[in-house]
Formats: sequence, C-alpha cells, structure tokens
Amino acid sequence: MSHHIVAVKNLRHVYPDGTVALRDVSFRITHGESVAIIGANGAGKSTALLHLNGYLSPTSGEIRIGDFPVNKGTLPQIRRTVGMVFQDPDDQLFMPTVYDDVAFGPLNLGLAGADLKQCVADALERVGAGQLAKKAPYHLSGGEKKRVAIATVLSMSPDILVMDEPTNGLDPYARRQLIGLLKDFRHTRIFTSHDLDMVLELCDRTIVLKDGEVRADGLTREIFLDEAMLAECRLEKPLSMQGCPVCGRRV
Amino acid sequence: MASIDGALLDFMHLDRLAAGDTALHRLDPRAKLLATFVFIVSVVSFGRYELSALVPFFIFPTVLIGAGDLPVRYIAWKIALLCPFALVVGLFNPVFDTTVLVQLGPLGISGGWISCASIVVRAALTVGAAIVLVAVTGFPAICRAMEQLGMPTAFAVQLLFLYRYIFVLTEEGVRASRAREMRSFGQKGYGMSSYGSLLGTLLLRTWMRAERIHMAMLARGSTGAFQTRQEFRFGAPELLFLIGWCALFATLRSHNAAQQLGALVTGWFQ
Repeated sequence: MSHHIVAVKNLRHVYPDGTVALRDVSFRITHGESVAIIGANGAGKSTALLHLNGYLSPTSGEIRIGDFPVNKGTLPQIRRTVGMVFQDPDDQLFMPTVYDDVAFGPLNLGLAGADLKQCVADALERVGAGQLAKKAPYHLSGGEKKRVAIATVLSMSPDILVMDEPTNGLDPYARRQLIGLLKDFRHTRIFTSHDLDMVLELCDRTIVLKDGEVRADGLTREIFLDEAMLAECRLEKPLSMQGCPVCGRRV
Repeated sequence: MASIDGALLDFMHLDRLAAGDTALHRLDPRAKLLATFVFIVSVVSFGRYELSALVPFFIFPTVLIGAGDLPVRYIAWKIALLCPFALVVGLFNPVFDTTVLVQLGPLGISGGWISCASIVVRAALTVGAAIVLVAVTGFPAICRAMEQLGMPTAFAVQLLFLYRYIFVLTEEGVRASRAREMRSFGQKGYGMSSYGSLLGTLLLRTWMRAERIHMAMLARGSTGAFQTRQEFRFGAPELLFLIGWCALFATLRSHNAAQQLGALVTGWFQ
C-alpha cells in the first residue's frame, strides 16, 4: 500500500520575509507508522507539516505522498489522503454547527443524502461526540472542540493523519481521553508536540528538528535517552522518564 | 448588560433558544423569514399618525412567542432595551408638531405626541418580530434561507463567518482590553492611543486567523463554493403559515381592527 507513504526529500522553505524555516529536511514515513516531529519553538515543525498537504510549497526539494508528488495538479487527491488537524480548534471548526462542520469535507467530496448522514454520524461516534452534532462550536469545551476537530478530518477517511500539537490546552482528563482515542487509530500518524510524554505513549519513532534541519531520527525511547542531544535542541526527557521529584529514584 | 462579556452571553442565550424543538422551530426558515418581512413592511407602511391600527399587529410576535415556547420576560426585556433609541428618534416630534389631533375632554393631544408614540410602537413591533425570528430560527438558518431566496452566496457566507467568529473575536477583544485595564491601575493608561494599537493588534490577529481558517478549509477539499446541506422542505405547513399570516397582515393593514372592535363594543351599549 504505497499510498500511505510520506517521503520528504531535501525540503527547503524560505518565507517571503527571508526567514529560512527549513534548511534541508528529509525523512520517509511508511504505512501505519506513528511518528512525532519535535523541536524547540521556531525549529520548523509547523512549516514542515504545512508542506504535507500542500498548503506551503517548497522553495526547493520534493514531497511525495504515496505515488503522487505534491503539486498543484495532485492537490485534491493529496488533501483527501492527508487529513490535517490544526492546533487551534477554533480555526478548524468554522461552520455554524458541529454536524455542518463534520459534513463540510464529505460534501466537498461529493457525498450527499443518507451516505453523508452515515459518514458524519460514524466520524462523530468514532471520537465519542455523537451527542454534540447539533451544538454550535462556541458552546463546546476545549476537549470537545478538539475531538470534533478530529472528526471533521476522519469523515473524509484519510489514510494519513497529521496533527499539530494535539494535546495543547487540554485538561488532564481530556488529554488522557484524546491519547486513548489516537492510540486506536490505524492510520499513518504524524504529530508535532511539546507534550513529550504523549509522544512517548503514541509514537514509536521520533524526528527531532533543529534550526530547520533533522538533528535526530530514530526510535522514540532511544532519542529520549540521549540527554546531551535533547539539551542541545532545547528539549528534555519526558517527565515519565525522569527520576522521582522527591527522592530522585527511577522506576 | 453593560459589558461586552454580558452582551456576548446574551447573544448565546438567543442562540440556544433557536435550538428548541417546537413545530415552529421545525418550519422551513424561508416561511418564517418571508412572513416576518411582510409583517415589517405592513407595520412600517402605516401613516405617521397611525396608532390604534398598529396595536392588533402585536398578535404576530405574541403567537410566535407562545408557539415557540420562548421566555416572554426575556424577549420583552430585549424589546424594552431598544425602545429608548426609538424614543430619541421621535423625541422632537411633540415640539415641532403641535397641531391638536385628539381632544380628550380638556386635554388636547398633539400630532407630535401621536407620531412619537407611533414610532415607539413600530420599533417595538419590528424589533420584537426580528428577535423572535432569530430565537425560533437561528441566525445560520436565516442566512441560508436568504441565500435560497436569492441573496448572493458571497454575502451569505460572509454573514455566516461573521456570526461564527464574532464570539471568538469578542473574546479576544475582551481579553486584550482586560490586560490593558489591569496594567493601567484605574488611570487612563495611555488613553486613546493604547486603544489604537489594541485595535491594530486585533485586526492583525483576525487576519492571521482568517489565513488559518482558509488553510483548514483547503485541507478539507474546499473549492471556494460553499456547499450546504438541505434539511428543510417548503411544504404544505409552510405554505399555510405564510399565506395565513400574510392574509391577516393584509386585513389588519386595510381595516383598522382596533377601531372596528371599539365601534362594535360601543355599538352594543347604545
């Protein structure tokens, strides 16, 4: 199933104001992998993500999603394959009701009638938000908004799920709920996050970005053991891998 | 409801009312919109000294409030809040128009007073009908109905976005203003100039948000055309609702029901 592969080759991106956000980034993510892209603020994580569904186009380099290179002609296909959940759910939920919002993608894909209804109901059920269908987005709590935002993307049945800071701003319970939900997905998953404990739970593989370049790429557990490299990239071990704050002992 | 915060919560309350589930709520928004439109036109088209003929028109908002199971006090309070503005509009009529039109024993009521009262009653009627319409239909449904009735899609989409993001924008504005207030310690801060940059920041933030929303739309396959689902059907109940009300408005417009009722009652006692 080559269409679930994300291949980024020598990606470079310079913003119009001259800021070099990505210098030279290459990685290849295969079917069913769950990968975290981490790094300090301004390391280029969000810029990299925005290339994956063609919102930004590279200054140089190439991105392939499955069999297609990302370019103007393949954009509709790419955007159907790569479901992107943005950091602020208020940006993602722009329709008057939750139902309309989840239906937005499928409607654009040409679904209608009973199929559309079923598709929206399934997506909402998947994230445990079936009862929210008629609500307006501004009547939802943070955790609910996040889950609905994921449903808006799931309704288009993407093969690859890309999420920018999924646990940002959630209370511990909502965060736990979301992690449980994401664990069950069988899609190829790509996350950016500063919540390294979540990364440890959800991702087998981690890519560390530093100043627009890949500083490390490997198994999450191994990456988090390399304290010198983490410090150099303005990161630190996840709390669950650090010693007990009282006695300093490690479990 | 002096603060923006409060006004926002109030707005949300109206929105929640629209989520009700009565026969009136389930009616196609187009029928309600058109009936309200005809109502407003009928009310506004009366002559400036007309007062008694306007009174029977209160039946429309009253019946809708009853059928829509709306909280009467809340709606009445909303209408009452707007009446002072109408009063300001008609305030000078009694000064300029002193022709006595009605003689009640020793008391002569001038045309100015009557036209001023007429303005207030009209405002209460039209504003009341509009509030009731939003409370039984919901703003997004009204937008869609207007689009179906021929308003350009671009306007409808803009209205929808305005409504969706007015909550987000107001919250951002309130937060920024609170942050300014907390650091000006009851003084004026930098006065107007600080509001200038505050507004500038809000504009830039809105701009950035718009870009992110656009991104989210593109990510979900938007091609610019705004697809909406069709959930209402203009059927027999809608037709009945529309024709029934329009017929009543036409009758009330051409016959002064209040006067006729009065004549009838006084006729009995003669």
